[in-house]
Amino acid sequence: MPFNLLVLACITYVAFLFLIAFAVERRARRGAARWLRSPLVYTLSLSVYCTAWTFYGAVGYAARSGLEFLTIYLGPTLVFVGWWWILRKLVRIGRQQRVTSIADLISSRYGKSTLLGVIVTLICVIAATPYIALQLQSVTLSFGVFAAAGSYGWALPDSDATALWVAVGLAFFTILFGTRNLDANEQHTGVVIAIAVEAVVKLVALVAVGIFVVWFMASGPSDIIMRIGYSDIADWDLVPSRWAGLIGLSAAAVMTLPRMFQVLVVETSDEAHLATASWAFPLYLAAMSIFVVPIAVVGLQMLPAEANPDLFVLTLPLSQGQGGLAMLAFLGGFSSATSMVVVASIALATMVSNHIVMPLWLSLRPTREVTGDVRRLVLVARRVAIAGVLGLGYFYYSHSEGATSLAAIGLISFVGVAQMLPAMLGGMFWRGATRVGAALGLTIGLVVWAYTLFLPSFGPVAMIPQAVFDHGPFGLAWLRPRALFGAEGLDPLIHALFWSLTLNTSAFCLGSLFSFPSPVERVQGLAFVNVFDTERAEPRVWDDQGAADPEELLKLAQRILGDEPALLFFEDAARQQGKAGYLPDPTPAFLDALERKLAGAVGAAAAHAVIAEVAGRARVTVADLIRLADETAQIMEYSSRLESQRSELERTARQLREANEKLTQLSIQKDAFLSQISHELRTPMTSIRAFSEILMEGDVPPALAAAQARIINEEAIRLTRLLDDLLDLSVLENGTVQLDLRIVSLTEMVDRALRAARQTRPERSFDILRDLPAEALFLRTDPDRLTQVFINLIANARKYCDSRDPALRINVKQRGARVIVDFIDNGSGIPKDKQQIIFEKFARLTDQTRAGGAGLGLAICREIMANLGGTITYLPAQGGAAFRVTLPLRLEKSPRADAA
Amino acid sequence: MNRRGPVFLARRSYRIRRLRDGARLLPLAGVFLFLLPILWAPAETVTRDTARDGIYLFVVWGVLIAVAAVLAPGLGTGEEAEAPASAEDEDGAA
Repeated sequence: MPFNLLVLACITYVAFLFLIAFAVERRARRGAARWLRSPLVYTLSLSVYCTAWTFYGAVGYAARSGLEFLTIYLGPTLVFVGWWWILRKLVRIGRQQRVTSIADLISSRYGKSTLLGVIVTLICVIAATPYIALQLQSVTLSFGVFAAAGSYGWALPDSDATALWVAVGLAFFTILFGTRNLDANEQHTGVVIAIAVEAVVKLVALVAVGIFVVWFMASGPSDIIMRIGYSDIADWDLVPSRWAGLIGLSAAAVMTLPRMFQVLVVETSDEAHLATASWAFPLYLAAMSIFVVPIAVVGLQMLPAEANPDLFVLTLPLSQGQGGLAMLAFLGGFSSATSMVVVASIALATMVSNHIVMPLWLSLRPTREVTGDVRRLVLVARRVAIAGVLGLGYFYYSHSEGATSLAAIGLISFVGVAQMLPAMLGGMFWRGATRVGAALGLTIGLVVWAYTLFLPSFGPVAMIPQAVFDHGPFGLAWLRPRALFGAEGLDPLIHALFWSLTLNTSAFCLGSLFSFPSPVERVQGLAFVNVFDTERAEPRVWDDQGAADPEELLKLAQRILGDEPALLFFEDAARQQGKAGYLPDPTPAFLDALERKLAGAVGAAAAHAVIAEVAGRARVTVADLIRLADETAQIMEYSSRLESQRSELERTARQLREANEKLTQLSIQKDAFLSQISHELRTPMTSIRAFSEILMEGDVPPALAAAQARIINEEAIRLTRLLDDLLDLSVLENGTVQLDLRIVSLTEMVDRALRAARQTRPERSFDILRDLPAEALFLRTDPDRLTQVFINLIANARKYCDSRDPALRINVKQRGARVIVDFIDNGSGIPKDKQQIIFEKFARLTDQTRAGGAGLGLAICREIMANLGGTITYLPAQGGAAFRVTLPLRLEKSPRADAA
Repeated sequence: MNRRGPVFLARRSYRIRRLRDGARLLPLAGVFLFLLPILWAPAETVTRDTARDGIYLFVVWGVLIAVAAVLAPGLGTGEEAEAPASAEDEDGAA
């Protein structure tokens, strides 16, 4: 098969996957596709466990060491079948704490520790490097097979160059796939679906090759059983330590591998899916492994002795002239490699950005305030991290080339990630586990793994001199990397597994026993270990006395979550507290919820740190710790009830105070308005009287008479306008207004409003920033009334925006059956204490009469919007005065008339 | 089926609790069965009978999958809603 065709097939396949992911994400955003998050998709996405190592390597493994390859799948089977023990709790914790990665889980459990996040991230990146190298190697090798088989006079460029191109292509693909947006839950629906499709492709490919081998090359299962007896595979010896050790190792790895954690915990949409996956995933694994031995046996018999068993899946069909089947197998292997690399590098990039870049940025930035667009920073960090991770994989590939077979490389990674198991399980089941213990255990595990397994994997001389292997460092024989403490005769892998986990666990336990946890750690420990205890009052990390400014919190949230999601979240929280608008009270419950929401985007440690800066130090008092003790559960219950009543009272008092303030201000406003309106009425009246008296005397020159008559006329118009406004308002308030409902274009209405508002202070030049494509909407509403609202808002901006280069942004969004129009200028905005009253009648922020009008504009707008079934609100924290108009897309009839 | 249940405990929640016990025991049985081949001495033949071992492992695998599939629906629904207040098998004790 020509190489170009092969490359074309790969690119087409990847483009196809990308299209699927793209389409799915679009549908998911519309909320139209529930089946996309079904148990089946969840189970298939877990198949990211089966990488190219499974696809190609398992056959090679079987050819070399018989049935031992099964251990890699038996361990995960046990973990999934026993989901009620660990996985159920893990998934629940992950969802409740909005965990974004395994580093986040461990950091969050041990007091949102930055240090632990860094250590775990390091372990994951180092351990993933050989694994990614493995995928590059397998794709490169499979290209090589086609190159050798091709009789088209074409040669593979150079295996290093191929691997480099594969790495670059995968990095590009992953960045496109995984970092297009920053999701608050760190979920990637599109990616998950693409992975599920790849899972089907690789299963179909391997089963197809298996069926071909069993029924077309051999003559059925009984023939295969006979062939197994005669083949070299029958000579394998079951080494008990390896058999048991590898089952345990793969069981540990399936929980701690960053990519598995990503699909298993982070991307879960529903905990109930785990019940299905508990049997369906082992079934998938069994289906993937059932044909491995037959393929290995037939390959060993039919292919020349020098053929690489790692590639039998490809070379067997090719040797029989089955180009199509080989192509399918190639795509299966390609799927296995790409899905692993995509998920692993997304998971690792999340860790690097949340646990290394964010803390660095938080400590290095010049001001204490959170400024700038954090989302951009996070996205860029992730993109760079993806490229970096693949770069490391390529580096490992080019430096350890040919040294090891596929299976050996994969197992090195497994032992590396298994180092996180003690800290993870200990954190989930033992409240006494502490940060010091976890840090000690992880560090020692990492060092021992690197010394006994990872560094030696580069070859005997590359990293560690031969003398150290023979006599130990500094002649200390008991420290030889392959025989620690004199444990000779063990298989190197089992040796490394045994010592690293033993020392790791011991350090973890001893460190925990002899150290003292911080309060936050204690609280988190309780939340993790007793995650199913929903009865218990949630321990609070945030103090009630915290003087956090909700507006500051909103600004912060917008920088991390994005404008729209942050506003939605704050609006919901405010509504739950029984408040209107976008600024909820900063209660401990709200701060907790906000912290968890932010943690979904930037990790627990960073979220905790940024909120602490706005809300003041998180204080966990002695009383809180007493609450944690089970003995005082009753006292706790009682005091927590008292506390909640107290805070309830405080909140009510606060609301009453607010209402009182508003009333007082209103009364002052009203008095001011009365004097204002008498003034407004009197001034024109006086001039009308004076000039009409002059006119009555009769002997005025006609030119002068005309001028005076004009003045009288103008003053009369002013009076009429004032009275019109008052009348309009009372009609709107009574709901007796007649609406003229029509289908109209939003663009046209905004155009009209802009034209009309130009008469207000025509000397000012104003930049209008519009989003025309978003405006292309047709509404069923009363166009004149709506335009009146727009005119008012634009004219207000023209009047009051105090920026030197005034600009007005008009944003339009459609959210379900409602349309949102935002008018945002770049002036200094409306101070917080005034935001309450601007929609009241007679409210005027400035006393200058230059503003014209009697302070009725926004009050009229509010009434119009109520009549149109919508709302108008002030949007805080937008960097200027901002008003949001929300209205239904299709208004059927007057909502006021309905209610009446 | 129509027999009156014992009055001292609710039959349904008792069954659910035993189902959970079963789910907890299943992986232990799996560990035992998967480790069993270690004990098989390669006595009669010099080499072990690979095909037979393989078939054994796949049969155990299939049985585990089947039992898990039978248990899963009962476990997956309304876990907390039906959880009894009794401390008999609280997860916190683990």
